[in-house]
Amino acid sequence: MVAPMTAQPPLIRTAAPHTHNAAPANPPKILVRDVNVFYGAKQALFDVTLDIPGKAVTAFIGPSGCGKSTFLRCINRMNDTIQGCRVDGRIEMDGENVNDSHIDPVILRAKVGMVFQKPNPFPKSIFENVAYGPRIHGIASSKADLEGIVEASLKKAGLWAEVSDRLHQPGTGLSGGQQQRLVIARAIAVSPEVILMDEPCSALDPIATAKIEELIDELRQQYCIVIVTHSMAQAARVSQRTAFFHMGKLIETGSTEEIFTNPRESRTQDYITGRIG
Amino acid sequence: MTDAAQLQLKNGRLKKRHAAEARFRLYGRVAIIVALSFLVLLLGRIGLQGYSTFTTNTVSLPVYLDPARIDRADLEGSNYDYVVALSLLKRMGETEDEFGTNSGDAMALVSRDLGFQILDKVKADPNLIGKTIIVTGPVKADADLFYKGEMTRAVDEADRKLNNRQLDWLDRLKKSGAVTSGFNVNFFTHADSTEPEQAGILGAVMGSAMMLLVTALIAVPMGVMAAVWLEEFAPKNRWTDIIEVNINNLAAVPSIVYGLLGLAVFINGFGAPRGSALTGGMVLALMALPTVIIATRSALKAVPPSIREAAWGVGASRTQTVFHHVLPQAMPGVMTGTILSLAHALGETAPLLMIGMIAFNPGLPQGFTSSASVLPVQVFIWENASERAFHERTAAAIIVLLVFMIAMNAAAVILRRRFERRW
Amino acid sequence: MTVLIALALLAAFSVGVYLIGRRRAVALSDGKSARLHSLPGYHGTWVALWAGVPAAMIVILFAIFGGRLEDAALRLQVPAAVAALEAERQEVFWSDAGAAARGQTQSEIAYEGDLKTALDAKAAEGRRISAIGLAAVLGLSGVLALCGVLLAYPRLSKDFRARNRVEGWTNVLLIACSTIAVMTTLGILLSLVWESYRFFQSVSPAEFLFGTAWDPQIAMRSDQVAADGAFGAVPLFAGTFLIMLIGMAVAAPVGLYSAIYLSEYAGPGMRATIKPLLEILAGVPTVVYGFFAALTVGPTFRAFFNWIGGFLVGGPMDSLGQYLETVQNQMALTAGVVMGIMLIPFVSSLSDDIINAVPQSLRDGSYAMGATKSETVKRVILPAALPGVVGALMLAVSRAIGETMIVTMAAGLQAKLTANPLDTVTTVTVQIVTLLTGDQEFDSPKTLAAFGLGLTLFTVTLALNIIALGIVRKYREQYD
Repeated sequence: MVAPMTAQPPLIRTAAPHTHNAAPANPPKILVRDVNVFYGAKQALFDVTLDIPGKAVTAFIGPSGCGKSTFLRCINRMNDTIQGCRVDGRIEMDGENVNDSHIDPVILRAKVGMVFQKPNPFPKSIFENVAYGPRIHGIASSKADLEGIVEASLKKAGLWAEVSDRLHQPGTGLSGGQQQRLVIARAIAVSPEVILMDEPCSALDPIATAKIEELIDELRQQYCIVIVTHSMAQAARVSQRTAFFHMGKLIETGSTEEIFTNPRESRTQDYITGRIG
Repeated sequence: MTDAAQLQLKNGRLKKRHAAEARFRLYGRVAIIVALSFLVLLLGRIGLQGYSTFTTNTVSLPVYLDPARIDRADLEGSNYDYVVALSLLKRMGETEDEFGTNSGDAMALVSRDLGFQILDKVKADPNLIGKTIIVTGPVKADADLFYKGEMTRAVDEADRKLNNRQLDWLDRLKKSGAVTSGFNVNFFTHADSTEPEQAGILGAVMGSAMMLLVTALIAVPMGVMAAVWLEEFAPKNRWTDIIEVNINNLAAVPSIVYGLLGLAVFINGFGAPRGSALTGGMVLALMALPTVIIATRSALKAVPPSIREAAWGVGASRTQTVFHHVLPQAMPGVMTGTILSLAHALGETAPLLMIGMIAFNPGLPQGFTSSASVLPVQVFIWENASERAFHERTAAAIIVLLVFMIAMNAAAVILRRRFERRW
Repeated sequence: MTVLIALALLAAFSVGVYLIGRRRAVALSDGKSARLHSLPGYHGTWVALWAGVPAAMIVILFAIFGGRLEDAALRLQVPAAVAALEAERQEVFWSDAGAAARGQTQSEIAYEGDLKTALDAKAAEGRRISAIGLAAVLGLSGVLALCGVLLAYPRLSKDFRARNRVEGWTNVLLIACSTIAVMTTLGILLSLVWESYRFFQSVSPAEFLFGTAWDPQIAMRSDQVAADGAFGAVPLFAGTFLIMLIGMAVAAPVGLYSAIYLSEYAGPGMRATIKPLLEILAGVPTVVYGFFAALTVGPTFRAFFNWIGGFLVGGPMDSLGQYLETVQNQMALTAGVVMGIMLIPFVSSLSDDIINAVPQSLRDGSYAMGATKSETVKRVILPAALPGVVGALMLAVSRAIGETMIVTMAAGLQAKLTANPLDTVTTVTVQIVTLLTGDQEFDSPKTLAAFGLGLTLFTVTLALNIIALGIVRKYREQYD
């Protein structure tokens, strides 16, 4: 599976040595090769090729409209739901191309959770929000089992202490930050392997943002996390690897430290120092 | 790592989920197909039943105006149908029998319109009596049905209106070229009649047009002005809230209730003439008012505030701003909404029955205050008639009604397309 | 006719006054209209309004109410010969006297002797009264027009705020038009309540609302007891309810599933074709549905169910076998199914709007969890849209209850208390139509009963509409 890819440009296989807490040997979870995305006739992504390590946080940065969210949505095939969107190229997860016709997006999305820009809890109770995934996928074998999953997920998302006494109140009644942690709990309730986060803190205040960032840092022990962010400070704080996108192209990828301190490309430099974007 | 995916694949749950998905999608498809097939069934059935009315069979007969049968002193009192029947028999090579059965059978084949034509002619020129003239007119509705193949010999003679001999005569008439088939002009130039072959929709079309004119003249200015006040001038308080809720609810009140209002207030209260285009128009105006108001308000809402601010900025008063700038910009939207609500009023029947518009009107409407028929009510009246030929005419009248409504809707769509403006 | 001429004269007069007022304003400004507070046109308009509007109002009021006043004046003195007549004959006399005065056709009653002289006298008096009335009104309106000009004209000056005044008039007109909507509601309510009140004087409300026999046959001759006949409306309510249920059973699933399919599954091209087609179905007048029901659906259903009946019991039987094809053309099922067809586009377009109001983020959230489309619809979208959908269905129920033509043409007239959809039932609206079409006396309980039914219908549909519109509005605000 990896063999044909040796022809590709050299890939950095492990997280940068400077990064604290980096897992020792961290093989790539997702391999992306020559991905092109079109909206109708308009091309949104050009030949994106990169590796995303497992059990680490990878941040996508870049100016608005650079294609980073579009790319994120390719990984769990959310672009299928958009009319007229076409994805070319290979995105391999555990050795299988997610764009293969025999891959069922339903299964794929159970493996790849996603958190959106604006918290989007369903208009149901907190419990039902978290139980939604296990219910549709038939994961829980009994009611007690389901309750256990919900509790564990809420605990992992750091929300249990705040909502354990009101599990049956509507999820929409929580504060913005709590809602975002609720949807993270909802995502991890189906035990995904990858969690995609599309600017998860852009609608939150600084305190709520700090909590989410803390949570992301804890979650990377277990999950492969990909986060799209506008905030370079956030990328620097939470990620181990960073990829910089500009005008639909992947300009540079590397360890976060490297990108922020010593970028190879001038455009990356310009963006990080605020000259473009 | 617990793998939800693997788990599902193993116990076949995924298959079930996809089956449920396919099923659900199928329900949606079926629902759409059911709805559309109802449409096809409805329009198709009416089209099939109605189109034959647009052609008709006309008979052209030389009629000998027998001086023995026509009384010069009392032209109105003579039986011209009998005169026509005798000529028809002669043409068939038959003669009158002593019981008048033959002439009776013959009379049942051609419209009484021929008799009336002869009356008109001899009135204009009494010297025609004793001569042979050619008169042309429709065949009776039953004969028409036979020619169109809707009455066949296969049906037992006792169960059809015309007997075998009459059908033979009709065949011979057709073969001899006395009967020709052509466009049914009568249907578009006559008012209602008790004889199906003479019944037309011109009276109803005129009545509908007059009524719609009254409706438009009342509902449009009033509705537009009310909407302008509510949208542009009214303070936001309890009273205007009540008006707003009230208007939305009025739009959903059953139309028959407006008929009751018209009966109690316009007819019994103000003494408005029963069954007239004026009264009908007033009732429908009240009914159309809420929809005109709602459409106008949404058109006004769509005009961006910057237009108003620009006008205020050059010192225009509120009234000037609204009437010089906002309303003209909103006009296409207002027109669209208005035409649609008028189209709806055109098809309305129930309230008109309440105000006595159900009368039989054999002539064209004389004026706004005289009794008139309108298209939908004409449909209702003809549908109630027992004769089969009227049912064909009902379907034809529906086709005419639908053509008018589609024309109005198309006009509204064109207006919207043409003047649609994105701010 | 006279009234129209009077109004035309007034209009011409106002135009003249407008020109004079305008010229005056120009004169005041020495030809530089910027010196004026308002443009000259506003000065002219203001004077013209005072000249035309009050006078025109008098003429219009006279046109509407004049006839009634003249009638009342005519009846002030009752000739002895007339007073001797019975009440109904007196009415006929008065209407004939009025008709004679106006030169219209009278009733076919021949008047002789004293009555004849009384009639002629009254006819002459009527002509006199109407001449006097007309002269008085025309004179009054002329005086009002002149007064308006005389009062308004001298007030024109350089600083006169004519524009504000004219706008004041405009505002009054606009407010008057907006109040029409409220007046309509009041008119509906008052007329229904008043006529129902008169009805409930001869039939008790309890009997009307809870009685189970409906048979509003009233006496043919006036000496028979007038209130003969049963006015228990329960069978009508039951019939209305049955047909509504059948209609909703067709419209709710088909409409809802169409809406779901259109908004969640169909591509833009498909939506662009199907939506207008459904709109055609919505635009078809109800009388057309009625025709379709009566001449196509009814006979088809009858044949079908009689065939099934024959199949079950073994053919039509005679004398003692009982069966004999009992299903008729007019049945609840026909009316209900056709009503359902009529309601499909109504339900589907309302639901479509409501489903589209559910934010895309909820769909994304669900898809990202690995839910299929149907799971997303059933578990996320529909629960979120539930209040709106309920509101839409309630509006459809209200439409079904108030629908008249389909049931009139397809349901039947017999008031039966039955739950059998193959049976003939009648509805509230059918009975209103039946009671009020044809020859009628306005005061008999039979015609008044229609208003009792109308009031019930109005109350129920209004309640449904208020609740439903309230729910839908709240629902929309939630996602705005």
